[in-house]
Amino acid sequence: MTAADTKAAGPPPVPVPRGPEVTGPSSPAKDAKPRARRQRKKGELLPYLLILPAILAIAAVYVYPLIKTVIMSFQDMGRAALWGNGETPWVGFEQFTNILGDPEFWQVTGRTVVFMTICVVLTMGIGLLIALMMLRLSTWVRLVLTVALIAAWSMPLMVAASVFRWLADSDYGLINTLLADLTGNEDWLGHNWFLDPWQGFGIITLLVVWGAVPFVVITMYAALTQVPKELEEAASLDGASAFGVYRFVTWPVIKPVFTMVATLSVIWDFNVFGQIWLLRGNKPEPEYETLGLYSFSKAFESTSFSQGSAIALITVLMLSGVAVYYLRQLIKTGEVE
Amino acid sequence: MSTSTRTSTSTATDTPAQVLRPDRKRNRLGYNIVALVTAALMAFPVYWLIISSLRPNHEIRSYDQTLWPSSLTFDNFARAVEQDNFGTAIRSSLIVSVTAVVGGMIIATLAALAIGRFRFFGRKALMMVMILVQMLPPTAMLIPIYLQLNAMGGIDEYWGLIVVYLVSTLPFATIMIRGFVINIPVELEESAMVDGCTRMGAFRRVIFPLLAPGLAAASIFALVNAWNEYLFAYILINDNSKYTLNVWLMTFTTERGTDYGALMAASTLISIPVVIFFMIIQGKMATGLTSGAVKG
Repeated sequence: MTAADTKAAGPPPVPVPRGPEVTGPSSPAKDAKPRARRQRKKGELLPYLLILPAILAIAAVYVYPLIKTVIMSFQDMGRAALWGNGETPWVGFEQFTNILGDPEFWQVTGRTVVFMTICVVLTMGIGLLIALMMLRLSTWVRLVLTVALIAAWSMPLMVAASVFRWLADSDYGLINTLLADLTGNEDWLGHNWFLDPWQGFGIITLLVVWGAVPFVVITMYAALTQVPKELEEAASLDGASAFGVYRFVTWPVIKPVFTMVATLSVIWDFNVFGQIWLLRGNKPEPEYETLGLYSFSKAFESTSFSQGSAIALITVLMLSGVAVYYLRQLIKTGEVE
Repeated sequence: MSTSTRTSTSTATDTPAQVLRPDRKRNRLGYNIVALVTAALMAFPVYWLIISSLRPNHEIRSYDQTLWPSSLTFDNFARAVEQDNFGTAIRSSLIVSVTAVVGGMIIATLAALAIGRFRFFGRKALMMVMILVQMLPPTAMLIPIYLQLNAMGGIDEYWGLIVVYLVSTLPFATIMIRGFVINIPVELEESAMVDGCTRMGAFRRVIFPLLAPGLAAASIFALVNAWNEYLFAYILINDNSKYTLNVWLMTFTTERGTDYGALMAASTLISIPVVIFFMIIQGKMATGLTSGAVKG
């Protein structure tokens, strides 16, 4: 259904040769032929002129740095090279063998994958449940929920991180006070959530999921409203259970959107940086490092830009599979037609 | 249970479903309650932000936090506003975000027109590149961009940050504006040109007005992104007097601890424009997302 639906959404762009300067009240039918030929040349050039600025900008900020990352990861670039002293030596695959042979790297990678998986599962699960729930609410309740979601969504990351840091503060945090009140155990007062990385990542997960759920809900809700009601009705009249209706009618329609949002979440949560960075007060301990932070600290704190680049490159390679999958989904839904 | 709830309320003639009505009413009440609890949980950090910014300092630095403040005060806001570099941080954020958005929208509109209106060699590849670059981790780009800007003298300069923000919102803006472009019938443009408009004239008088809502949505989205960005601002700007607002927030955390009251007040001030913008574009963004990114 999706394919047919997307095709119908907009007229396919046709390469219509249209003339800019040659206008006038002359009847178009009469001299259409010679004009068309003359303008086809212009029409062929124009789109390239239009995309040129975009291509230049993207090349400057994405493509060139990416190439530079690849080059640097085969060199040994440190502080000396940054200030222009001396040549940057080529070291071949040394950076990669060093990193891949470092147990710390694998620890960081494992942590990143586990953290990402938990965040994505929670975000998508909670997001989908809320979106499904939104279909069944009274109008005013749905409005209240939407406003709450947008309020959460619109909070700058930096601000949200400050609030969560404050909520989890060991001395003056609300979480500790509430826990002490609820359990009657005064030990919670002064409890440091970040001493144990598992607890610390719990708070970080809370922040990440809280920040990501609104996007998922609003996108999934938009997708759910496109499910034809007649189909659901027909299915339930035919005796399908609620779950059956969902499984065989609703899910096939929303699946492409769900996969896209889930894939994006994987990429975003794999690269969580700001939340950890800010909750740890700009100096995350080694046990809080994910791949992004690890690459960052290698590059800027150990001033080994080449090691940092190599780690970044490995991260990009790890994610490229997900990226290709995402692209295939987009092509299937007709986005890149 | 859930699906029948909705279907039968919409169709009153539906006899088999009507039998379920009392059950459904109870269901809806249950859903409403769960939804209100969810809304409260989602909005709680926002509530805590605002309420903490208005709390007297002795309550902020209390070992016994309460959900409701005993009294309200603007002292925190006074301390936040008096903090060094507040004015320059606003200026920096405005300069960087607005310039990046204006530049980004011009480039994105041109590209969106090309992608939406013409079928040319490399069009698909361009869209794929646009989608793919969005997925590159910013930290992977950070190191080479930092080194390059350092070599070009772009550290501590606004233009370095502007270029980065401009390009990082470019792919999304292009795809979103394209969604609006393909919904404008080509015939409109053609008939304007038959009536004597030049191509530029047709764009200005016919296409641009129809594109305006899409442009507004995309530009506010880009503005919010640039306004909220932290990592690149933190790395590329070291000069205190050029900090953007998000980096400036760090000045409330010193070695002696964090002034949470003032930090919450400053955070509230920074969030207000973002919340307003989000409220404005929310509806349009849903249109843009569904017509541009979901439906195509």
